[in-house]
Amino acid sequence: MTPLKNKTHTINYGPQHPSSHGVLRLVLEMEGEMVIRADPHIGFLHRGTEKLIEHKTYLQALPYFDRLDYVAPLCQEHAFVLAVEKLLGITVPDRAQYIRVLFAEISRLLSHLLNVTTMALDVGAMTPLLWALEEREKLMGFCEATTGARMHGNYFRPGGVAVDLPPGLLEDIGSFLLKFPKTLDDIEELLTENSIFKLRTVDIGCINFEDAVDWGLSGPLLRATGCPWDLRKSEPYDKYEEMNFRIPTGTKGDCYDRYLVRMAEMRESIKIIIQAMGYLKPGPIMVEDGKIAPPPRHKMKQSMEEMIHHFKLYSEGYHVPKGQTYTPIESPKGEFGVYLISDGSNKPYRCKIRSPGFAALQTLDFLTRGHMLADVAAILGSLDIVFGEIDR
Amino acid sequence: MNSPLEPLKNHIDLSLQSLRVTTLIEKEELTLYGALPHLESIIHFLREDSTCWCRQLVDICAVDYPERSPRFDAVYHFLSLSYNHRIRLIVGVEEGALVPSVGHFFRSADWFEREVYDMFGIPFKNHTDLRRILTDYTFEGHPLRKDFPLTGFTEVHYCDTQERVMTRPVHLQDPLRDYTYDNSWLGSEKKAEGDNQ
Repeated sequence: MTPLKNKTHTINYGPQHPSSHGVLRLVLEMEGEMVIRADPHIGFLHRGTEKLIEHKTYLQALPYFDRLDYVAPLCQEHAFVLAVEKLLGITVPDRAQYIRVLFAEISRLLSHLLNVTTMALDVGAMTPLLWALEEREKLMGFCEATTGARMHGNYFRPGGVAVDLPPGLLEDIGSFLLKFPKTLDDIEELLTENSIFKLRTVDIGCINFEDAVDWGLSGPLLRATGCPWDLRKSEPYDKYEEMNFRIPTGTKGDCYDRYLVRMAEMRESIKIIIQAMGYLKPGPIMVEDGKIAPPPRHKMKQSMEEMIHHFKLYSEGYHVPKGQTYTPIESPKGEFGVYLISDGSNKPYRCKIRSPGFAALQTLDFLTRGHMLADVAAILGSLDIVFGEIDR
Repeated sequence: MNSPLEPLKNHIDLSLQSLRVTTLIEKEELTLYGALPHLESIIHFLREDSTCWCRQLVDICAVDYPERSPRFDAVYHFLSLSYNHRIRLIVGVEEGALVPSVGHFFRSADWFEREVYDMFGIPFKNHTDLRRILTDYTFEGHPLRKDFPLTGFTEVHYCDTQERVMTRPVHLQDPLRDYTYDNSWLGSEKKAEGDNQ
């Protein structure tokens, strides 16, 4: 009989596995219980976003960004909107910038809440997810009150934001933020010192700084290796320059550090939201250029000139000057960039979306080698992957 | 002309003179235009030179210009975390030309190159695992090329008799059109792009 030693076998994980966080198919080459090679097959959610955007005007392209990372939709819009503004060469009114910062941070809370707790669910802790979903529901309520949609807001527009905040929203957010740290405390109490959670995450999926940079990692994954790199600080956009916050970092770059970094980031986001609300002053929320910003509804109904503007903007759209730009933002998952090429027409010539999850997922093979099968779920959870943005 | 990227631009201009690299700063972004044969030398320089020190390859993508020769642009985005600057490298690629893989400089290039291959059909030399990545297992064609129709050539349906998912040529009742001011409102005479029936 031939010995079974050194014999590997292949198992198929997904594409409908609950801990694959969507539609990931993993082909794992195993030696017993140990992963020898992981080959992620992606693309099951590929919708051709980049191709579709080439056939839409700049304003029509915006909703596609909500549907990339559907856990934190407004952050994606932020990158595209900033890129278009850069090409148009316009400056956005202060109030709009603060509102964008406010909602970008709310999106960050939405994303981190879901990620941290689903990762906990993958390694056996169910309760935090239920608490986090309750908080997310409240946060999505704020999004709904402002944008009209819980998730796919289509709210940030080139030149500002679509509508002003509804009355009373800031008070609601304020009273939410009073109670929210308590929920974070509760989640941390269940997880941070929990021996099962620590056994499953400490020293699992370690990556050091050099490797992380080489693999193109960004965001919390990079910060967990000990590098205080945050695009909100290094290349501040909108009003992040004025915000006072720390960049939490880890030490070892393992799953546990990534969890700690995300928890700490949520507390920093709270600080930013409070500051942004404090800075908010009444004022315009959109640039005044009638060739870019749609006219107010009441003017459109009465003035012929505004009617023409309205019609032109929503049919042909505006023409963006020829040029190219790569505009990155710090999305909850890392560096989300939009590489936009305009040929001077009303549609983007090319719009490449650089999603952080794409780079993160390709490290999976590197991270899981030599780990147990059960650790794959923990590592996947800690990478914070969302297939909307990976498959695009 | 007082861009903070000016010293870096001058340094690259001087060092890469022999490789026929032209540099340009627009909208506070530094772009290098290089030639395909020198791609690896330029990237090696950007990675190892102590002033550039671009240790992260952020992204690789391609752009299709069907009327132009060379037809494609391969675009590399680099980031230096130490100096906080970004450099974009653009090289022209003829249709069918082999692009050297940069996987041995940056491991992150692996999937980015697979995506470019999948979307544009640009092959990479010495890539360890050049498979399609985002499209379906049996997919044919390269979707982000400008001559690929938005609707694609095939559509997927479930066949009741054979009890499996199958593909068939796409057939559109109402052809997809780009409306401009010159279009007729009465509908298109022409068949939809990609409509094979």
